[in-house]
Amino acid sequence: MSDGVQVPALEIEAVSHAFGARRALDGVSLTVPDGRFVALLGPNGAGKTTLFSLATRLYATREGRVRIFGHDLSRAPSAALAELGVVFQSRTLDLDLSVRQNLAYHGALHGMAGREVKARIAELLALVGLADRVDDKVRTLSGGQSRRVEIARALIHRPRLLLLDEATVGLDLPSRSAIVEIVRRLVEEEGLAVLWATHIFDEVRADDLIYVLDKGRIIAHGTAREVTGAHLRPADERAPDGPTAALEAAFRAMTAARAEDAA
Amino acid sequence: MSEASVAKRPAAPARHLGPAGYLVCMSGIVGRELLRFVQQKERFLSALVRPLVWLFIFAAGFRSTLGVSIIPPYETYVLYEVYVTPGLAVMIQLFNGMQSSLSMVYDREVGSMRVLLTSPFPRWYLLLSKLVAGVSVSLAQVYVFLAIARLWEVDIPPMGYLTALPAFILTGLMLGAIGLVISSLIRQLENFASVMNFVIFPMFFASSALYPLWRIRDASETLYIVCLLNPFTHAVELVRNALYGVFEPQAFAVVLGTTIVFFALAVVAYDPGRGIMGRRGGPKGEAA
Repeated sequence: MSDGVQVPALEIEAVSHAFGARRALDGVSLTVPDGRFVALLGPNGAGKTTLFSLATRLYATREGRVRIFGHDLSRAPSAALAELGVVFQSRTLDLDLSVRQNLAYHGALHGMAGREVKARIAELLALVGLADRVDDKVRTLSGGQSRRVEIARALIHRPRLLLLDEATVGLDLPSRSAIVEIVRRLVEEEGLAVLWATHIFDEVRADDLIYVLDKGRIIAHGTAREVTGAHLRPADERAPDGPTAALEAAFRAMTAARAEDAA
Repeated sequence: MSEASVAKRPAAPARHLGPAGYLVCMSGIVGRELLRFVQQKERFLSALVRPLVWLFIFAAGFRSTLGVSIIPPYETYVLYEVYVTPGLAVMIQLFNGMQSSLSMVYDREVGSMRVLLTSPFPRWYLLLSKLVAGVSVSLAQVYVFLAIARLWEVDIPPMGYLTALPAFILTGLMLGAIGLVISSLIRQLENFASVMNFVIFPMFFASSALYPLWRIRDASETLYIVCLLNPFTHAVELVRNALYGVFEPQAFAVVLGTTIVFFALAVVAYDPGRGIMGRRGGPKGEAA
């Protein structure tokens, strides 16, 4: 991974965050190189959503720094946010408005209007395969379809970094793979940088960069293959079937080791 | 692989953050609010029924018991219905302001607040746009109410509808700003009943909306002072005078000052570094 002089799409540096006495994040550092797919793996409650809240400036980073394409999120929030598209875990479309109205609203939030936004909506809906639903109310879409609309929405203002927080949660298998495929294609064809938070291991490929988050700390990072290799004893490696199972076994080994340390 | 694909797209995308972008952003937020308002016919209906019940039933009933003598801006004796109409119009805005503040709590829960706050425009501007959006909705409600009241012998000089417009905008902003601050104090949606009890009712009843201040003074000096301290009184008086083409400087100053103070408080409350978002925006399971 020689990134050379390239400015990383997202740089999270020693970020900590506490809600009252509870530390949700503890010294988390993470880098998404430009044009790469990076997975943030962790169980529910590991701190993924808190990390996303900080990276999207829902609340300020008190300890550590977040930079988006070199723009410090605290000092130059406007420049940083302009480069950022987000798909949140919760559904955030207006159900009673049409797909077009939802997307146009988001365009306006980024200062885009008129013919430009109209063309962009058509382009993006074609990309996510929903061109024929543009005037339908969001209420009539399936879960997978509204997720795809949310991906289109996140890309309206042509960001170069896309964050997705558990984008496939609660979807059936075909919808899940459709969404994974769309996002993968964006990385390969458009050179988008993606941070993909998930707890589902089969969404990760062996050569993806991954960060493993557990109880507010990054406990491993590298390519999925490296992480799996480092944390599985040779004996275990033969047992699991395929890379997904191997990664899952490695994850269990890591978290178990931490639990023992804590005890 | 990544180097090759990066070359395919422009290095930095076009940005729209100039003055025109600000205007687009605000009209987008206002447009969404109006669209949602049109979708919710029940909300529109209940916003209208409330003041109309007051006007048709309460005011008609009290017409004989409550005589209102000649006080500015009225030049003759007026019917009680005429007297309460400005107060009821501002009451619409009061409810609307509280409702849009509660919709912000709802937005915070369902996450569309998160989407709004990823906009690259400054956060105070996004809040201001939200306020303007709420005011636009309240203006639609107010003018439909005034049109119906006109059929009910509430004759306001035709020019009054125009001269009252800036007053309604300002009072709408004030009540919306108060609502914003309250929204930052509320943790969950279920608290609308408390807002009714502790904010809407006291503000409405301890004001000049239903009875002139001199009558309140006759009854209780303390209550009179409370009414004078209540910004809602001044909002009502600003509108009442404006409806008859009279500018009331004291009411204007109080309403403007209250708007500025509460808006500033709301900006602080929604500041990512200080306010509620850091303390209360924590996700389920990860927050304390």
